[in-house]
Parts: sequence; structure tokens; C-alpha cells
Amino acid sequence: MAVRVRAAILGPGNIGTDLLMKLRRSDAVDVVLMTGIDPDSPGLERAQKLGVETSATGVDAVLAREDIELVFDATGARAHVANAPPLREAGKTVVDLTPAAIGPYVVPHVNLDAHLDEPNVNMVTCGGQATIPMVAAIDRAATVGYAEIVATISSASAGPGTRQNIDEFTETTARALEVVGGADAGKAIIILNPAEPPILMRDTIFARVREPDSAAIEHSVEEMVAAVQAYVPGYRLLLCDVDGDQVTVMVEVEGAGDFLPPYSGNLDIMTAAAARVGEEIARRTLAAEVTA
Amino acid sequence: MKVTLVDTSLRDGMHSVAHQFSAEYVARVAAALEAAHVPVLEVSHGDGLGGSSIQYGWAAASDEALVGAAAGAVSETEIAVLLLPGVGTLRQLQRARSVGATMARVATHCTEADIAEQHIGWARQEGMRTVGFLMMSHMLEPGLLAAQAKLMESYGAEVVYVVDSAGALVPGTASARVAALRGALECEVGFHAHNNLGCGVGNALAAVDAGASWLDGSLRGLGAGAGNAQLEVLAAALERSGHETAIDLFALMDAAEDLVAPAMPGPQTIDRAALVIGYAGVYSSFLLHARRASQKFGVDTRDILLELGRRRIVGGQEDMIIDVAAELRARRSGAEAA
Repeated sequence: MAVRVRAAILGPGNIGTDLLMKLRRSDAVDVVLMTGIDPDSPGLERAQKLGVETSATGVDAVLAREDIELVFDATGARAHVANAPPLREAGKTVVDLTPAAIGPYVVPHVNLDAHLDEPNVNMVTCGGQATIPMVAAIDRAATVGYAEIVATISSASAGPGTRQNIDEFTETTARALEVVGGADAGKAIIILNPAEPPILMRDTIFARVREPDSAAIEHSVEEMVAAVQAYVPGYRLLLCDVDGDQVTVMVEVEGAGDFLPPYSGNLDIMTAAAARVGEEIARRTLAAEVTA
Repeated sequence: MKVTLVDTSLRDGMHSVAHQFSAEYVARVAAALEAAHVPVLEVSHGDGLGGSSIQYGWAAASDEALVGAAAGAVSETEIAVLLLPGVGTLRQLQRARSVGATMARVATHCTEADIAEQHIGWARQEGMRTVGFLMMSHMLEPGLLAAQAKLMESYGAEVVYVVDSAGALVPGTASARVAALRGALECEVGFHAHNNLGCGVGNALAAVDAGASWLDGSLRGLGAGAGNAQLEVLAAALERSGHETAIDLFALMDAAEDLVAPAMPGPQTIDRAALVIGYAGVYSSFLLHARRASQKFGVDTRDILLELGRRRIVGGQEDMIIDVAAELRARRSGAEAA
């Protein structure tokens, strides 16, 4: 295999494990280390079985490895606030999957190119990854004044982190609809649905636009859906309706089922987007090394 | 038993007027409620703080303006606001508190109490009266519902409500849930009725017999679906049942007749769509949205509501109404083409 950028994953939970399984298919990123803080963590054991070196000394194990250039942080917001400064000093590029948002928000295919040289980038929220591409697609075709999204996820896929700080989801997503999606004002709503069997992630995107042109909007949305499908194959457009100046888009996200069950499309789109971001950063690093 | 009555004409009642009550009207109703000795009134967008949106409908006035107007019109009556975590945020609750809200009613779907921990905890710590609201309670059996109520109590709730958002409960199933909470909790238990099966006041009375000491109602029954328990009727029925309320019944009747009735777009009736909501166990607030979708997509309101019930859609998922209506239309044109 061609030369790949060496990477570590911090946090051996469900997200970290699913990310590891996705990155094992990568031709640009080579995950050589997974770290946690509990030596008995089932996630570390899973990583070992997959042939990845593990450590229970957290960020320190990563800092001790000069060969590691790229770090995915799948711990939590508080841990990331502590991890970020030493990783930066050590010159490692960080993809932050936590809500800490120290670096700029990135959404593949929307604004990643503008942030490829940042030392730390943040993956927003699952709802942000699922809806911001649609807002950006509508904005480039029709100029979005107001964007409102409703993310409905299965109760089974909402972990304690989400549940204990649900405002973090709504506030961060709303801000990113503006900063990344291009809306003048944004609002986000999240609903948990306990139906069994668990529902797939559903997202509704409402936008008020200044230049309604339904053909241009539909074309732009379809193009963006295809771009997202390149890294989230289970991302599907269900409805694109333009009624006066109001646009309604509905999508559904089925997970790839790498480690997390397929109904966890909300978690899958986070790990898939993070893998994509890591790969783009790695390709950029590799290209720079070749040029040098 | 001593019962605390909560008027929700200016919150749940907002659904009946598509969230269009003005701050000035809110102040007049609030003053009339205080004159009738109603101890608590709830005011905000129908879907709670932050509910003003494309998803739930735009309000005529901001939550702060509405809460501020109500607070400015009363001195004794407590001002409650509703907050659905995931829709509204702590920041919005803080703003409501700063303009006069003294009670926080934090609502979740009946299986998701743990998303309210932060909001209930904050409100309690700040000295607000705190109430937990378990919506769509008909979807959960009594024992499991009591376990969720216990969580809310552990976060700091001083009252936990069985909320019949779909108006799908009848006296037997309503009292079974209230009794389960009464048996499991130290704190007080409340009941919030909807009248879709014609059981609003009856369920509230059954709830008191099963141990509830807080009841919601609204003037003229204003509220989502077929409306709430009609407050002035409930007050009279409670008195005739031998229960104590602080209410001045005739002043309450006058407020309903002279102030609220003229502001209603029509009487709260159990029409076909409202009855289907109760029968199928669908969130009452879906009523107006389903009617609009029925017109836009040319499909039957009842078919939309029945399909929403079949999919076990929960409160707040108003966007699924559009999805269902679009699908029903597609299904029909498919059938016609075949």
C-alpha cells in the first residue's frame, strides 16, 4: 500500500471503534494507536484484536509517539479541552469529534478546503453533519435568510453525553447552520423517538430563501446529496419541496453498520465525516511531503 | 383533598389560535385569572419556550413579551413556563425567569426523562418551582412511567405530571398511571388532560381520586386537539366532588365567558379529526398541522393521523405530518397509475 499518514484515535468508545473500522479501509490514514484511560475497556480489547496497538495512558501515549501526525479525539468535551493544547504543542493535527469546538467547524464538501491547514478542526454535531450540506446547497442556489432543522434520532442511539447536555446540540448546530451553512439565522431542534425497532435518523431542513428558483434549488440539493453519499452511502433524499420562499428538504440517514447498528445513522455520519476530514488532511500532508 | 389548579389557556390554548395571542390580551387574561384566585398560570408559545418556528408555527409575540405581560398583570398568581429540552434551551428559561417566570415546567416524551436533568436541576437550584411533565403518557405502562417520574423527582422536580398529550386516556387508564406515580414518589403528582375522547374533566377527577393534587385546565377548554379539561367546569366539578380549590368559581366563569369565548376562532369541539387523535393516540398539537397538510397534499386528515399513530410518532415531530401526507399522495397516484 502507498505511504499513509500515521494516526491515533483517542477514546475507545462506540464512536472511536466505529471510526477505527472505517479508517481501516483508508488509503491515506493508517491508525497505529488507540488510547483510552481504562485498561479494561472493551474498546481497547477490540482494537487489539484488530491488530492496532493500544494504551491506557490516554493522550500521553500519543504525545510519546513522534511518528503520529494525525489525532482523532473521540473522548468528550472536557477531555478535549485538556488534550488540545499539548497535542498542538507537539505539532499534531487534530480532528475533534467532541462538542468542545476549539477549532473551526468543518463539514466535508462544504467548507473543509478552507480549513485543511488548521491544527484543530471540529466536527460540529451529528445533526449538523446531516443538515448543513443541505442548507449550503440551498444557500448557493437561492440565498438562505433563515434555516431551521429538525433532527429526529432513535432513543437507542442517544448516549448519555447527548442526553445530559442536549442544549449543546441545539445551540452548536444552530450556530453552525449560520457559520458553515450560510444562513443569516439558524435554529435547531432535536427529538428523541423511542419506537422499537429503532427508527433511522430523520432530518428535516426548512429554509426561507431570498431568490426562490425551484429548479436551481432542486439541482443543487441533488448534487450535494450525491457528494455526501460519497462518504455516507446511507444518506438519502426523501423530499425537496419549494413552496413560495420556503424550501423543505427531508433526508434519512442509515448507518453503514461498521460497528454501530445501521439505525445509528446519526453516529455513523459523524464517524464517516470525521474519517473523510482526516483523509483529506492526510492527502494534503502527503502531497506536501512529496513536493518537499 | 386540596387541589392546585393550573390554568394553561395562555400556553396550551395558544394551539387553538395558532400562537397568535398578543401580549396585551395575555395581560388581560392573566389579571382575570388572578381575580378568580387561580394560583398558577402558564404562558408561552404552545410548544413551550423557543417553540416559535416553521416546525411549530410562528408566534405573534416573543416568549419574553408574553411572560413579561402576564407577570406585569398579577401579584399573587405564579407564572409558569413550559420548556421542552431539544426545542427550547436553558438560556431561554433564564430569560423567561428574568422577566417574571417563577415556575419551570420541563417536558419530555414519557420515556426520555433524563434529557431534562440539566433544566430541572438548574431551575430548582435557582429557586424556581419545578415541575416535570411526562408527555404522551398513554404510550407507557404505569410501572415504567413511574420509573421515569422517579428520575424527574431525583433531578429536583417538586411535582411530576402524567400528561395525556394525545387525549388517549380514559378514567381507568388515567388513574392507573397517577396511582403508580403516587405510590413511587415522595413529591406531588399532577395530571394534564386533553378532551379528544370526551374524558378531559372526568379523567382529571379520576386522577384526583388516584392521588393527584395538581390539575391543569384552560378556560373554555382552549388547547391542542379537542382542548384541555375546561377549567371553570373542572373547578365546579371538583367543588361538587368535595375537593378544595382556592378558586372563585363565578369570577372564573365570567373570565371564560366574557374574555376568552370572544377571542376563540370557534368553539372547542370533538370533531372527527380530534376524535381520531384521541383514538389513534397522536399528539394533540398535530391537529391544525394535519389539516393544513391535508389541504396542501389533497389527502384525508384522518388518514394522515391514523398513519402517524401507526408509526408511533412522538410529540414535536410535526415534520412527519408533511412526510406522511406526501407519502399518502404518492401511494394514491401510484394506485391510480396502476
